[in-house]
Amino acid sequence: MTTAQGTQSRASTRRDKTPDSHDFPTRSYDLVKEFTIALVVVIVLTGGLAAIFSSPDEKSITMSTWAKEAPNDLIATATSELAGTSTSATYGAPYNTASDGQKIGPLSLQKWGGVRIPVDSAGLVLGPLAGVSGDSTLTSALATWKSATADQQTKWATDYSDALSKAPDGDPAKVATGEYGPVPDISTGLLTLAKTGGLEGILTSSGNFYGGDQTQSLLLLSDGAYLEDQARARNLGGDQWGMMNETGNYPGQPWMWLYTFWYQIPPFSTSDNADAQVWGLMMLLTLLLMFVPFIPGLRSIPRFIPIHRLVWRNYYRRAARR
Amino acid sequence: MSTLSIVTESAGRYVHWGVVLISVTNLLIIAAMVVVFVLALVVPFGSGHEQATDQERREP
Amino acid sequence: MTTRTDSPAPGDTDEAGSWTARLRSRIVGLVPAGQALPDRQPVYLASWIYVFGVLTLSALAVVILSGGILAIGGAAWWHVSSLGLFVNSLHLWSVELFFGFMVIHLWGKFWMAAWRGGRAMTWITGMVLFLASIGTAFTGYLSQANFASQWISAEAKDGINSIGVGAFFNVLNPGQMLLWHVVLLPFGVGALTVIHVILVRRHGVVPPIDAADPSTDKEA
Repeated sequence: MTTAQGTQSRASTRRDKTPDSHDFPTRSYDLVKEFTIALVVVIVLTGGLAAIFSSPDEKSITMSTWAKEAPNDLIATATSELAGTSTSATYGAPYNTASDGQKIGPLSLQKWGGVRIPVDSAGLVLGPLAGVSGDSTLTSALATWKSATADQQTKWATDYSDALSKAPDGDPAKVATGEYGPVPDISTGLLTLAKTGGLEGILTSSGNFYGGDQTQSLLLLSDGAYLEDQARARNLGGDQWGMMNETGNYPGQPWMWLYTFWYQIPPFSTSDNADAQVWGLMMLLTLLLMFVPFIPGLRSIPRFIPIHRLVWRNYYRRAARR
Repeated sequence: MSTLSIVTESAGRYVHWGVVLISVTNLLIIAAMVVVFVLALVVPFGSGHEQATDQERREP
Repeated sequence: MTTRTDSPAPGDTDEAGSWTARLRSRIVGLVPAGQALPDRQPVYLASWIYVFGVLTLSALAVVILSGGILAIGGAAWWHVSSLGLFVNSLHLWSVELFFGFMVIHLWGKFWMAAWRGGRAMTWITGMVLFLASIGTAFTGYLSQANFASQWISAEAKDGINSIGVGAFFNVLNPGQMLLWHVVLLPFGVGALTVIHVILVRRHGVVPPIDAADPSTDKEA
């Protein structure tokens, strides 16, 4: 245990000849006054900026909005959940085992996390619809679905999904005739339920009243294209430096510049493992900066680029005169 | 593309230069930080703190 | 009845093994005597770059204060009240100032090689604070209950899931994210800030690069 006075020398390397700061001549300085002034300055700046510029609050996209603004997208999304081809259905951990997920080299970090938030993607559609009554078309469609084999279910849904993607505008009314079973009626049922405004409530609060976990609603919403379209229109997409940005002209997160930068350039911009790789790279760079005191070369950069001579110019001038 | 363009959109003003796409607001913030940093280095500190009349002491 | 009016000096105790005495010694020994709130400072501190630490600290205070007022109204308050929206704006802008000042502080400390003289832990705690602050801001963005939260969570889940952490830290769960934002991370940032400032006071502000050792100088 060091005494109060000898606090600097123990961890020094042999080369580190930094003197003890307490040995230097001093002058009076009022730290509490400095802090008080700084606090007042920050309060005034904050108050001024808040009063002039305010803060953004773009309303959430509700399922009802999605249903009304992009009904074809909602239908296509519901179909892809039933077909098991949606992003969430093919995601892997933590939602299911459909994929091994991303890796850094040979390390399957995503898979190692485990399936701790199990989500049944078809259930995002079938679950809410199970409680609907008074719609005999929907009820018999659900019964037909339930009594079919898994292969039959997949075939109906995949065929309908393909047909929708080929129809002009993805419009279900213009889909080519084919064997789609109950899938069109089930998707339409979900669209109708979404329009009533009750869908996210059923996904979140049904059975437990209070909700508070939006996982299912957000997975369903992000399986569609509408959310991303709205985001990209505001330059919030991953390949638009979106991590740094905010809606409108509000300040974003400039400190995320390096994290999002890597996503803009190869090889990350075209990599299936981009998220894991960028994380790994940023972790490495962070550790390099964190442990700079111990890294020869890096820790000497301040010597090679002597900005410090500006900071301490008075001291150096007086020391030279002696 | 290598030419710089400032794109005004209903979703906010952005500057697009090659691979860089940055909001005008973020650009101003970063520019302001650099200016403030440089000013902090070059602007003389304090009035009278460095005058000879100020008592310098060494701690015993 | 007599009462002892003099309190025992540190170390001067019957119970040498006393946990209390040992803890007291440790606390008192953290910072050299008189250096916790000194009213003098080394003469080489003569640059405006030195104010950015205290500006960061002040901005943090305003962040916490404005966040506290937001908490009084509850998570949905700022969506339905113009006063609430103003307090939210205070919170946003104090965060922007906080990060701005902190990064300038980091730039200054890097170019001054402020880790010298046994100050590596000061540098490291500062870096961890930077990261913890980013994490705190991140959970804040997720807690807005608006379009931004929807998009940020939808995107961020891919990054966090890709390294296996999403199984435990679910950005799609506002209940979890808000509690991390308001309780766990501010506590971490606060504790780290205290440690960081204690380290600064303990070691003193780093002398200039290549400064001559005054204790070996002859007296003028």
